[in-house]
Amino acid sequence: MTVQTERPPARPTEDTQRADGGPHPRGARRRPAALAPYLLLLPAVVATLLLLGWPLVKNGMLSFQNLNMRQLIQHLTEWNGVDNYTEVLGSSDFWRVTGRSLLFTATNVVLIMVLGTLTGLLLARLGRRMRVTLLIALVLAWAMPVIAATTVYQWLFAQRYGVVNWLLDRAGFHSMADYNWTGDQLSTFFVITVLIVWQSIPFVAINLYAATTTIPKELYEAAALDGAGAWQGFTSVTLPFLRPFLYATTFLEVIWVFKAFAQVFAINQGGPDRLTEILPVYAYIEGIGNQHFGMGSAIALLTIVILLAMTSLHLRIVLKQGEDEL
Amino acid sequence: MNRSLLGRIWPNATAVVLVVLCVFPVYWMFATAFKPTPDIVAEDPVFFPTDITFEHFETAVNAENFLTLVGNSLTVTVLAVLFSLVLALAGSFALARMRFKGRRGFVVGFMIAQMAPWEVMVIAIYMIVRDADMLNSLVPLTLFYMVMVLPFTMLTLRGFVAAVPRELEESAMVDGCTRPQAFVRVILPLLAPGLMSTSLFGFITAWNEFPLVLVLNKQAEAQTLPLWLSQFQSQFGDDWGATMAASSLFAIPVLVLFVFLQRKAVSGLTDGAVKG
Repeated sequence: MTVQTERPPARPTEDTQRADGGPHPRGARRRPAALAPYLLLLPAVVATLLLLGWPLVKNGMLSFQNLNMRQLIQHLTEWNGVDNYTEVLGSSDFWRVTGRSLLFTATNVVLIMVLGTLTGLLLARLGRRMRVTLLIALVLAWAMPVIAATTVYQWLFAQRYGVVNWLLDRAGFHSMADYNWTGDQLSTFFVITVLIVWQSIPFVAINLYAATTTIPKELYEAAALDGAGAWQGFTSVTLPFLRPFLYATTFLEVIWVFKAFAQVFAINQGGPDRLTEILPVYAYIEGIGNQHFGMGSAIALLTIVILLAMTSLHLRIVLKQGEDEL
Repeated sequence: MNRSLLGRIWPNATAVVLVVLCVFPVYWMFATAFKPTPDIVAEDPVFFPTDITFEHFETAVNAENFLTLVGNSLTVTVLAVLFSLVLALAGSFALARMRFKGRRGFVVGFMIAQMAPWEVMVIAIYMIVRDADMLNSLVPLTLFYMVMVLPFTMLTLRGFVAAVPRELEESAMVDGCTRPQAFVRVILPLLAPGLMSTSLFGFITAWNEFPLVLVLNKQAEAQTLPLWLSQFQSQFGDDWGATMAASSLFAIPVLVLFVFLQRKAVSGLTDGAVKG
């Protein structure tokens, strides 16, 4: 998960604001200048529409087609109305996977936010040397490429010679000495969850710590003068100050975990017995794996709708925070 | 403040535990990669290997197509980042410096595009690329990766362009530069650090991408490193030494870039992340 790429360091500057007010200094060249910004944006917009917009439209179109292996090979286009949707929405599989996805996302996000926040607050409390050490450790975990990390976790949780099983055996759980973690639904999810939480905590912790450094010390002093203890100082100063940040981050994490295709797929391909498929993996396995491209597209579209709803909620929060920056 | 001994110890103790938990998987990857096989398949794990071997790296590097795949990954990633940089540079200048109708709309549009659910769009993309007869080619991968990193590049560069003082540009124009000249001679040199860190983040995203290449490039010689790595273990049985060596080779460039970048990343993030 390349978490860092999703949060632009938008810098508020006087320049942008001044660009908004006041007339253009070179009025004589107004006409060509008026077109310039659109021309400058044109290539990027065209590329985005073509390579992001078109696949989305295509996905919508495919979801109304009967498109299996036969139609694929013979290049047939068979429209079948809303058949795919009635089939998907009527199948208990879809609802089971959706419920599983929501539960999976909720579990992960709660763990990430709670542990990440605690780690961030801990960073603020540590002495300088220990803090830098922990920051470096967090960055190391953050930077680890997703697929490299999944491979390492497969090794950590390996049935034979895996460190985790050895540790459990040593701790007295002798039945775990040769435990097959990917042989069971819950234990596979356990491995995936540990992996995702491990990868996501650094982002939350480091940014939360950075946010706490911007809280003015005077606020705590004022609270202390009013007789607030450590806990009250936390609830009346720290928490309100961090609230917008926590909201925005929670939504980001919800979106990322909900579409965590790479981790889930690379650990066990959605197995055992398709029991760890979450929605993106389910769409892939139905669509590409089982070559029911129409059905897969319908599942994908429903997933995209859920994701878009979450994205719009997230952007509402972000835009409210930074309205002056636009 | 009057803290008890316990109050001073527990934060540090917790921090030590966290450091170990964060670092151990990364350490274990490297440690396993350098350990001789008997140490890897030992009944009690060897936590601090004393014998160092490079045989696992040899196995990984000599694996079929390894060098081709390194080439593929580099080609796709570098080109995608370069193209998106060019597109974003033009657009970000408009967004940061010009006043026009719909500017806010463009910004919000790119913010939405940044959150695009690529993982879920693989079926549609597969059909498009297949109809264009371009499966197992690096061209579609490059193009899609370019658009994948474009919104981030655009929005980040916009911040960097806006941070260049307007007076510099204006004084260059007073001295007789046209606006494009002022951009090339004044703004571009000042953007170098911004371009650097933005492109490195784009590099990391494209380097790590997995779902698209999984769907589009099944052929062994047309894959990129993430796909190869995800299949490495099943191909090499339980040769964990070689698998961890392959993981290390794949992860090292990103780890180096990221540690080098993180100071910038964090300070950049905090600038915009929390406001009152």
